Amino acid sequence: MYNDSIKELAAKLQAKQISSVELTDYFLDRINRLDGGLNSVITLNTEGAKKAAVNADKIIAAGDAGILTGIPLLQKDIFCTEGLRTSCGSKMLDNFISPYSATVVEKLNQAGTVMLGKTNMDEFAMGSSNETSFYGSVQNPWDTSLVPGGSSGGSAAAVAARLAPIASGTDTGGSIRQPAAFCGITGIKPTYGLVSRYGMIAFASSLDQGGVMSKSAEDAAIMLEAMVGFDPKDSTSLERPVDDLSADLNKSIKGLTVGLPKEFFADDLDPAIRAKVDEAVDVLKSAGAIIKQISLPNIGLSVPAYYVVAPAECSANLSRFDGVRYGYRCDSPKDLEDLYKRSRGEGFGEEVKRRIMIGAYVLSAGYYDAYYKKAQQVRRLIRNDFIEAFKEVDIIASATAPSVAFGVGAKTDDPVSMYLSDIFTIGVNLAGLPGMSVPCGFVDDKPVGMQLIGNYFNEAKLLNVAHQYQQQTDWHTRVPTGFGQE
Amino acid sequence: MQWETVIGLEIHAQLSTQSKIFSSASIAYGAEPNTQACALDLGMPGTLPVLNQEAVRLAVKFGLAIEAEIAAFSVFSRKNYFYPDLPKGYQISQFDLPIVGIGHIDITVDGEVKTIGVTRAHLEEDAGKSLHEDFQGMTGVDLNRAGTPLLEIVSEPDMRSAAEAVAYMKKIHTLVRYIEICDGNMQEGSFRCDANVSVRPVGQEEYGTRAEIKNLNSFKYIEKAINHEVERQIDILESGGKIVQETRLYDSNKNETRSMRSKEEANDYRYFPDPDLLPVEITEALLSEMKALLPELPEAKQQRFVDQYQLTVYDADILTSQRALADYYEAVVGVCGEAKLCANWVMGELSAGLNQQNLDITQSPVSAERLAGLLVRIADQTISGKIAKEVFEELWNGDEAADEVIDRKGLKQISDSGALEKIIDQIMADNQPQVEQFRAGKTKMLGFFVGSVMKQTQGKANPQEVNRLLQQKLKGE
Repeated sequence: MYNDSIKELAAKLQAKQISSVELTDYFLDRINRLDGGLNSVITLNTEGAKKAAVNADKIIAAGDAGILTGIPLLQKDIFCTEGLRTSCGSKMLDNFISPYSATVVEKLNQAGTVMLGKTNMDEFAMGSSNETSFYGSVQNPWDTSLVPGGSSGGSAAAVAARLAPIASGTDTGGSIRQPAAFCGITGIKPTYGLVSRYGMIAFASSLDQGGVMSKSAEDAAIMLEAMVGFDPKDSTSLERPVDDLSADLNKSIKGLTVGLPKEFFADDLDPAIRAKVDEAVDVLKSAGAIIKQISLPNIGLSVPAYYVVAPAECSANLSRFDGVRYGYRCDSPKDLEDLYKRSRGEGFGEEVKRRIMIGAYVLSAGYYDAYYKKAQQVRRLIRNDFIEAFKEVDIIASATAPSVAFGVGAKTDDPVSMYLSDIFTIGVNLAGLPGMSVPCGFVDDKPVGMQLIGNYFNEAKLLNVAHQYQQQTDWHTRVPTGFGQE
Repeated sequence: MQWETVIGLEIHAQLSTQSKIFSSASIAYGAEPNTQACALDLGMPGTLPVLNQEAVRLAVKFGLAIEAEIAAFSVFSRKNYFYPDLPKGYQISQFDLPIVGIGHIDITVDGEVKTIGVTRAHLEEDAGKSLHEDFQGMTGVDLNRAGTPLLEIVSEPDMRSAAEAVAYMKKIHTLVRYIEICDGNMQEGSFRCDANVSVRPVGQEEYGTRAEIKNLNSFKYIEKAINHEVERQIDILESGGKIVQETRLYDSNKNETRSMRSKEEANDYRYFPDPDLLPVEITEALLSEMKALLPELPEAKQQRFVDQYQLTVYDADILTSQRALADYYEAVVGVCGEAKLCANWVMGELSAGLNQQNLDITQSPVSAERLAGLLVRIADQTISGKIAKEVFEELWNGDEAADEVIDRKGLKQISDSGALEKIIDQIMADNQPQVEQFRAGKTKMLGFFVGSVMKQTQGKANPQEVNRLLQQKLKGE
């Protein structure tokens, strides 16, 4: 049952072959038994989940069930959950119980899902390996000596280990797609503004976007559709009708154009990874897609531009964590200055502090024009590159990450090499486009992901391509050793 | 050396919206601490600002009233600094792209009209309040005020004296209440200002180094604080010192300003566009809608009062100083018709009564209708001006109409010449020696007779009629 799709689980629930309470117990039991070596779930919602499952069973009994009624899931711990700790992976919020729930959480609750708990993540979503979490690193279920990627590493590892059928993630520079690739699962980050950011603790507001981590594109379409929609509480949320994201899943991709940006297939791309992506592209080709070389001339500037814009925004976004109203406060502060310095100094981890400092620097008087303003200009160039590209192609394909999952501790002393693990994903956030990662094979038994990038609001098309790919391949059904039994 | 003072003001006007600028919490004054602060106002993680459109409309209204450029496209920025009453660690304000651009307003000081430039006006949120008392060495924070919408109105350094600064501030104060974007309540902090003050030798073009005096919330303090600051700066310069660019606080108890922080200690606010908020776009449709909502402005109203009611500029100025006062006056004139008489009463008896009891015109115990009822009786000579004051007292303390008071107390003026002649004849008969004296040329004896008639009639005799009849009879005509 651990490898069942949402549709299969929903069918079992509605046929009363299993109750939501039983399904919830089943996955809670898996978490309790199997997460010890992974550390992917940091807060369990045992009581709350059971209550929600009882309620879901009533709805099913009344015949009012939707596709997600009674389906268990995990929430990344960046989403505020009323009454349940929301730590954002930080000591700063280790004691924080949110007085309200994020819009995403509300929407998924309303859809009838059962929240099993909250997943581990890089502190305030800053990291590409899940090693910056206050709760310790997450281990990759495919090989526990490896990182799961980040920042949604807990959600990725949990779905890969089949501890939950689906989980939420957030993606600021690749935080859904890169861990999805590292853990061999499917992940989608929709167009910026499609999923409400209300109640999603902000890292870099103009880049952050909630999304889905799942086993398959089909599951992703179902969960994402429940998450999107205009939210009057988020001014950057887009006022447009919700698309039927599952509608096009089974459409043929014959004649669809797939662009391969030459900058993403440069000579320094790891040949083993390249081979896997080439194979995946061939699958699309044999399904009738037309493959086209394209260029994104400014994409090479995306990592530097990102590491100006994201820290700048985070430096302000994280100012509210000051030890005054909630969260961590240092012991016996001697005055206000001491309260601020020690609460923030002790409450934040190294990577968060590094980014706050970079951000404060690039925004300071005399540097703003050279850094922040310039980065925003670069951002427009990158966006224009994509807009131009989408005049020629329907979707863009590449590797999701330049490498497979690396070893725990391998890059912790070298932040720049860590930052480069998002080199293929960051441009998508800078442009605000939808992006996905789908499993496309293994290199040395480590999963490889193919990234698919769509034009604005083309989530249905992306999911269509991913689903069609997954009809031809079974990489997404593979389960890591040790997690493949009931 | 002769010194010239240069002053620019930053006025903070609290906008009269129902809710906060970025949240739905109420902005009503005086609630229990932290009862009007929602998750957003508390700076809770994950909360997001949503712009109150009413604040935008009020800002546009102000821009139109000072004939300013209204930006088709303006941007909210984050102003970063740490303080316990600033829950997010940044204030949402507008920086390089404010909603209202260059405008102007005229002031009059000693009969001279001067145009003061308004550099810009921008929308921003207020901070909360730190409470240093009642917490035994600790500080309390009240976030009710956090997120209250403010319009910061920045002037050019165009003022040359404290008197001009006060005139400018009063002018803006009048205007914001006229166009109903701010209640102007200075005690509650709804209208306050920071003053940038510098001095330079007369004739020098370059500005001197300025000091910014923070948080002035009364016209009296502004004048005192600026004058004190000017003296301080001149003293320093004349004794060979240098002015330090700094922020100073005015202490009204000691009548002095003292340094808060110097430029070196000043924050680098690291402004950048707030990514949580979209740029504000002002459409032509909104502009015309707001133009249509703009009431007659103080200057236009003043000119109209002079033209339409033949009032002096002085009277018109006073009567138009508040929209409610002008409305009251016009309501009175509308019934009574005698413009000058109405002006005298509104500015005289009525204003004196209001001032004495510290009441606003809108709280007047005598409505415009009731006052008009009284003035009609003066105009048609039913009562004299003197008796009218007595009736006014009754109106103030009760709820009768003027005619009811006049009837009840029998105050109706005696204008009937038959009745008056009878009284006069009797008085003349009783006072023959005085009649003789008058007839012998001692004409000031007339006063004695007038007084006697008034005494006899308890003041109700029509003075003009009494005069006419006495003249006639005493002269034996």
